[in-house]
Amino acid sequence: MGQRTPLYDQHLALGAKMVDFGGWDMPLHYGSQVEEHHQVRRDCGVFDVSHMTVVDVAGDGAKAYLQRLLANDVARLKSAGRALYTAMLNESGGVIDDLIVYLTDWGYRLVVNASTRDKDLAWMQAQTPGFAVEVSERAELAMLAIQGPQARARTAELVSQSCAALIQELKPFQGLAEGDWFIGRTGYTGEDGLEIILPAKQAPDFLSELVGAGIPPIGLGARDTLRLEAGLNLYGQDMSEDVSPLAANMGWTIAWEPVERDFIGRAALEQQRMRDDLPKLVGLVLEERGVLRAHQVVRVTGLGDGEITSGSFSPTLGKSIALARVPAGTGERAEVEIRGKWYPVRVVQPTFVRHGKVLV
Amino acid sequence: MSDIPSDLRYAASHEWARLEADGSVTVGISDHAQEALGDVVYVELPDVGRQLDAGQEAGVVESVKAASDIYAPVSGEVVAINEALADSPERVNSDPYGSWFFRLQPSDPAQLDKLLDAAGYQAACDAQA
Repeated sequence: MGQRTPLYDQHLALGAKMVDFGGWDMPLHYGSQVEEHHQVRRDCGVFDVSHMTVVDVAGDGAKAYLQRLLANDVARLKSAGRALYTAMLNESGGVIDDLIVYLTDWGYRLVVNASTRDKDLAWMQAQTPGFAVEVSERAELAMLAIQGPQARARTAELVSQSCAALIQELKPFQGLAEGDWFIGRTGYTGEDGLEIILPAKQAPDFLSELVGAGIPPIGLGARDTLRLEAGLNLYGQDMSEDVSPLAANMGWTIAWEPVERDFIGRAALEQQRMRDDLPKLVGLVLEERGVLRAHQVVRVTGLGDGEITSGSFSPTLGKSIALARVPAGTGERAEVEIRGKWYPVRVVQPTFVRHGKVLV
Repeated sequence: MSDIPSDLRYAASHEWARLEADGSVTVGISDHAQEALGDVVYVELPDVGRQLDAGQEAGVVESVKAASDIYAPVSGEVVAINEALADSPERVNSDPYGSWFFRLQPSDPAQLDKLLDAAGYQAACDAQA
């Protein structure tokens, strides 16, 4: 038996098919994964993401500590509520995890992946010596993501006046506390939406209210196809400790300036940055019938082989799409091997769908 | 609880088989199978005219989640395929027993008797659960 979120019993009552995800028993879907996907693109739905790990960082040394720990620079966060996406690297420049960090009134709040919880916390603790900093996991909190074009409007009708006001005011990628709730206008779907961190004891009632108001629950299956269409990386598939962020479409998250900021992994990345043969992460579109899957081989004429890191059927495009790591210099065409046969694919920028619109 | 019609025969690999009046055998996948696969998005069918042995790989059904092989429940020649599945593979989910995959002319009709009946298939599904 895996770990359970405070919403486990509700998932069962809602008819979820449960699966193991990083040691957690989580809902895969509640009937049809494809319908759930469309529901989020067209209207909105609610995801239980309580398996994700919330970590608060406080103390006089918190800023300096995070400037050392993270490849992006928390000095860019000018006021409480601002957030950034970043990699946490090891000394050789491999990605230990990807995470969001919010600047709060009390310090910083980080949300890291569930499957990497133990190694993340150990790594973060191991970097604390020399900094006046306190790193604390907030395991008593639950997290719900309400995502889709109607997510903010529909959620605002169900929460306290002060929370509703905050939901109206939040700009994209901002997150602020309101009482014992923390509301971020963030997500993992390519749509507008919210991620609400709240005391675990309040989560079942809040989920019931959302579902009762006609906001259906969405499983991890649709979460995966939504994030894939949005071109958002999944840790362990599209990036890992063996892959440079520069080969995972994460170059934009690295703050090279100021040059004197010595974040962990910087020296290794400076070396990699000089090379012109690092592979790159691109999007693939299969025009023929079939489904691209992780680990299928990608062949690029004259340049060599690459590999699909994430692949699935895209419900919005009605065809299969993938993220793939391919040789530097790959152009607009490649081929993928599916069960011994080679299929032509289109190579595209890895954002397939954003705010309901097809971009490829 | 999945639907297991009593007038069909079943392979442990989750195909159903129906003996038609003309002696051919129609093949599809069970309700239990479509439920386990999730949303079906693509079906790869054998070529008409192909000779298949019982238990041989005959095609592939791909759901959003994964690809699974389909096997011939009995030996024989493929005499027809359900081309409608190319454009609407989701029918496998909504109507698994109406959405046949292919039809075989069996080389040894007695093989049908070796397949599971509804009770036997139910027991096999329960054992895997």
